[in-house]
Amino acid sequence: MATHYNRRKHLAIAFSLVAPFVFFFCLVFLWPAIRVVELSFTNGPLIGEGEWVGLENYRRILTDNLFYTSLKNNGYFILLTVVPTTVLALTIALLVNRLSGRLQAAMLALFFLPYILPVSVVTMIWTWMLDFQFGILQPAFAFFTGKPVPVFKDPYWVMPMVAVVTIWWTNGFNVLLFIAGLRNVPQELYEAAALDGANSRQQFRRVTWPLLWPVTALVLTLQLILQLKIFDQVYLMSEGGPFNSSYVLLLMVYREAFQLNHGGYASAIALVLFVVIMVVSVLQFQVLKVRGAR
Amino acid sequence: MSTARRIENSILTILTIVGAALWIFPLYWAFVTSIRSEDRVVSEQAGLIPDEFNLASYIDVLFNTRLLNWYMNSIVTSVIITVVVIVSGMMCAYALSQMRFPGRRLLYGVVLASFMVPTQALVVTQFILMNSLGFINTWAGIILPQLIVPVVIIVYKQFFDAVPKEMREAVVLDGGGEYTLLFKVYLPLNWGITTALAIITFIMAWNQFLWPFLVVTTEDMMTIPVGITQVNDAFGVFYARLMSVALLGAMPVALAYLVFQRRVTEAVMISSGVKG
Repeated sequence: MATHYNRRKHLAIAFSLVAPFVFFFCLVFLWPAIRVVELSFTNGPLIGEGEWVGLENYRRILTDNLFYTSLKNNGYFILLTVVPTTVLALTIALLVNRLSGRLQAAMLALFFLPYILPVSVVTMIWTWMLDFQFGILQPAFAFFTGKPVPVFKDPYWVMPMVAVVTIWWTNGFNVLLFIAGLRNVPQELYEAAALDGANSRQQFRRVTWPLLWPVTALVLTLQLILQLKIFDQVYLMSEGGPFNSSYVLLLMVYREAFQLNHGGYASAIALVLFVVIMVVSVLQFQVLKVRGAR
Repeated sequence: MSTARRIENSILTILTIVGAALWIFPLYWAFVTSIRSEDRVVSEQAGLIPDEFNLASYIDVLFNTRLLNWYMNSIVTSVIITVVVIVSGMMCAYALSQMRFPGRRLLYGVVLASFMVPTQALVVTQFILMNSLGFINTWAGIILPQLIVPVVIIVYKQFFDAVPKEMREAVVLDGGGEYTLLFKVYLPLNWGITTALAIITFIMAWNQFLWPFLVVTTEDMMTIPVGITQVNDAFGVFYARLMSVALLGAMPVALAYLVFQRRVTEAVMISSGVKG
C-alpha cells in the first residue's frame, strides 16, 4: 500500500516537473505543426475558413515559376556562403588559436562580436557602407567595375553582397566551433609529431585535420540548414528584388501568407521548405559521417 | 626557435591583428558616423578618423522615435523568455535525467526531434493561433512561440546525468523530495551552465527578428530589432541617426557579451555539442 502510494506520488512529481514544458510545447509547437499540415490541403486565407482542396496547393507549387526561382536562389545562396564561411572560419580559428592569453581573447572577441548583433543592426550598417552615393565601400566597386554599383538594386550583385553580409554576421559562431575543436586535439600528438620531425604543414595534415573533421562536418551541416532558412537579411536589404533575383523560399511563405492572404498555399510552401531542410540535413549528415569514418 | 620560424610567427600574428581590425571595421565606421553631424557624414572631407564628437543624432533618436518603448518591449519579453525557458527546461531535464515515468523515452525523443524542426515552417499557424487567442500586438504573443528551446533541455540533461549518485542519496536519506534535490543540489552544482544558457537564451531572444516582426503591427509594441528598421522609413537617408539608433539597439547585447564573454563562448560551444 505504501509503495503504491509512493509510486503515485513519484509519478505526480515527475509529471509536474515536465508539465510546463509539455504545455508550451503542445500549444505553440505541436498544435501549429498539425494545423500547418491540415491548412496546406485547403484554399483558406490567413484568418478564416477555407475549403478542402486536396493536393491542389502542392500541384500549384510545381507549376509556380516563383517557386523554382526561390529554390534556385536558395541554392545559389548556399553556394555563396556555406563553403566560403567554413574555410574562412577555419583559417581565422587557426590564426587565433596560435596566440595566447589576452591577445587571443581580444582577437576572438573582435571576430565573434558581429554574431551577437541583431540582424537589423547588421543590415543597417552594411546598407550604409554600401550606399550608392556615400558608401565607404563604393570606391572599391568603382575601382573594379569602373563605376559605383547600387548593390541591392542590381540583380548580379545582390546575392553575393547579401552573402558577404551574412558571412560577416555569422562567421564568429563557426570560428568558435573550430577553436573548441582545436582545443580538443591532445597536445601530446603535436609533440610526438614534432619528435618524428614533422613540419607544421605535415602536422596540420596528419594530426589537426583528421581530428578536426567532425567539427568541420558539424559546421557545414549547421550552415547548410541555417542558410536554407534565410529570410531576415534578404527582406531587410533587398525585399527579394530586384526582379525576384533574391527571392527565397521563406520570403515566399511570408508574401503568400501575410501579404497576399493565402494561408493554405503558404502552408504548403512552408511544408516543402521543411521537407527540403529535413532531407538535406539527414543526407548531408550521412555523407559526412561516411567520409569522416574513412 | 630559428630566426625564420620567429619571423613567420610575427608575420602571422600581425596578419591576425590586421584581419581582426578589418573585421570590426564596419562597427567602427558605424560609430564614427554616429558621432558626426548629418552634413559632415556626406561631405567630401569626412575621413576615417573621428573628427567631431556630436551627440545630436543620439539625442534625436532617443526623443523623436519610439526607441524607449522598443527597449521596454525587448527587455520585458527577453527576460520573461529567458526565465521561463531556463526554469521549465531545467525541470523537464531533471525529470528526464533522474526519474522514471511512463512516456519518458517518448518525451526525450520528441525533444531531440523538435531540435531538428525549423520553427520558421510553423510561423503561419503560430500566427493564426496567436490571433485566435487575441495575442497579436501583445507581449504574450511575442513571448509564447519563443518558449520552446529544446537544446536547453538536452544540455541540462547531459549535466544532470553526470552528477554523482551519492549526492542524491544523502538528500533522500534526510527526507528531501525531488524538488529539494533539483533546487538545492542539482541547480547549485550547475550554476555555471545555468548562467551560460541564460545569457545565450537572452541574446537569442533579444535578437529574434522574424517572429516579433510578424506578430507585432503597431509601432509601440515593436521590439528593438524590428523597431529600429522603422527609423529608416521615418528619416530616409540620415545615416548619422540610423547608425546611432543601430548602435543603441545593439548595446545591451554587446554589453552582455563583453561582460560575460567566457560564459557566452562556453554556452555556444556546449549547446552545439563540440564541448561537453
